[in-house]
Amino acid sequence: MLKVRIIPCLDVADGRVVKGVNFVDLRDAGDPVDAARAYDAAGADELCFLDIHATHENRGTMFDVVRRTAEQCYIPLTVGGGVRTPADVRALLLAGADKVSFNSAAVANPDVVAQAADQFGSQCIVVAIDAKTVSPGKWEIFTHGGRKPTGIDAVEFARLVASKGAGEILLTSMDRDGTRAGFNLPLTRAISDAVDIPVIASGGVGNLDHLVEGVTLGGASAVLAASIFHFGDYTIRQAKDHMAAAGIPMRLDQ
Amino acid sequence: MRTVIVDYESGNLHSAQKAFQRMADETGAGEVIVTSDPDTVRAADRIVLPGDGAFPACRKELFDHRGLFEAMEEAVIHHARPFLGICIGMQMLATRGLEYTPTPGFDWIPGEVVRIDPADPALKVPHMGWNDLVIDQPHAIFDGIKTGDHAYFVHSYHMRVANPAHLLAHVDYAGPITAIVGRDNILGMQFHPEKSQRVGLRMIANFLAWRP
Repeated sequence: MLKVRIIPCLDVADGRVVKGVNFVDLRDAGDPVDAARAYDAAGADELCFLDIHATHENRGTMFDVVRRTAEQCYIPLTVGGGVRTPADVRALLLAGADKVSFNSAAVANPDVVAQAADQFGSQCIVVAIDAKTVSPGKWEIFTHGGRKPTGIDAVEFARLVASKGAGEILLTSMDRDGTRAGFNLPLTRAISDAVDIPVIASGGVGNLDHLVEGVTLGGASAVLAASIFHFGDYTIRQAKDHMAAAGIPMRLDQ
Repeated sequence: MRTVIVDYESGNLHSAQKAFQRMADETGAGEVIVTSDPDTVRAADRIVLPGDGAFPACRKELFDHRGLFEAMEEAVIHHARPFLGICIGMQMLATRGLEYTPTPGFDWIPGEVVRIDPADPALKVPHMGWNDLVIDQPHAIFDGIKTGDHAYFVHSYHMRVANPAHLLAHVDYAGPITAIVGRDNILGMQFHPEKSQRVGLRMIANFLAWRP
């Protein structure tokens, strides 16, 4: 049986983990490669790096982080942030990313998803959707870190990028991100029901029951979290045991 | 001993090379190199064929130029060197693939590559993530591996073997999905051993030590 994945996400700026990672015996709490290695050892099912200040000038730093991580971690790595063109995808794949995530570039031009999927295969193309509730049962895409409304319906957009060849959707509820109040479950459920491809739930995790709900109520195939793991509130193993106890299939061997 | 990972522009081979070299170092299995040179493939002691993307595109790269298929055929079929196909590299072993359009494969392991069609409509395609292996037949590749161990999959098509004797392991996804196929000196893994942590690294080491 396929297992539900737990994906720790590291926000990276200029080659350093934003706010740091405070758990286990990290030599350097700000080094994404060290943190990735610790999460690999802790039983994370995948890793995600988000380059939050991605620009052409500092791209090389991220490539180096991705390359060193891929050399040392034998689990899949998704990289996002500032990805605009198939050439950007190619460069990150060659650096060692297993999947690459489009965000605002896909909103501006959904065909870039099709171009990248045709060239590299759907299996490595993720579309990150940042959405906010605008009225009950209605969610809109926001870009620029949740500041800029687009008028685009999130469910329709999810269907569109799935039809263009996206292999997976990384769904962040922007009205929950950073609140620790749990995922936006109606949004997660609506997107998950609307597409045949896997949906990763993100945004708002504050405790382990939230992870459970993302799967049982939201219908997510995977759950992504940052602070509850980085700050040492819970270990990956505690999260897995808690979800397994709730009846969710988890990978408990390593 | 030299193991080659065949590079036919099917994606990044850096992390695969690192995983294989690490296990080669731990087991004294010599060097692991990435190459697109047919003569280097022909002379290799072991051959790994990775692959990402679509079946027709991968086949085209292997057959249309450079003589890579011919080199692999000589080493694997005529000289019986151990061969491991990974993901699309495993699917290439089949008689034909049905992704986009029917396309002939190597026909080294009779069968067809068909779209995953889970009996449960709630299940997503691609089949993406960790699934637990069910070992169907004993094989040297399973040394230290047991039914229930997890491997990392990401694919929308899988191989349906014509001869059940060639199915070494499967996983369940509202129906069986082929995980490992093999015969004689030939092996194929649908999952990514280089992304499957301890279980994957162990199978890589087993392949490097395998004397079919």
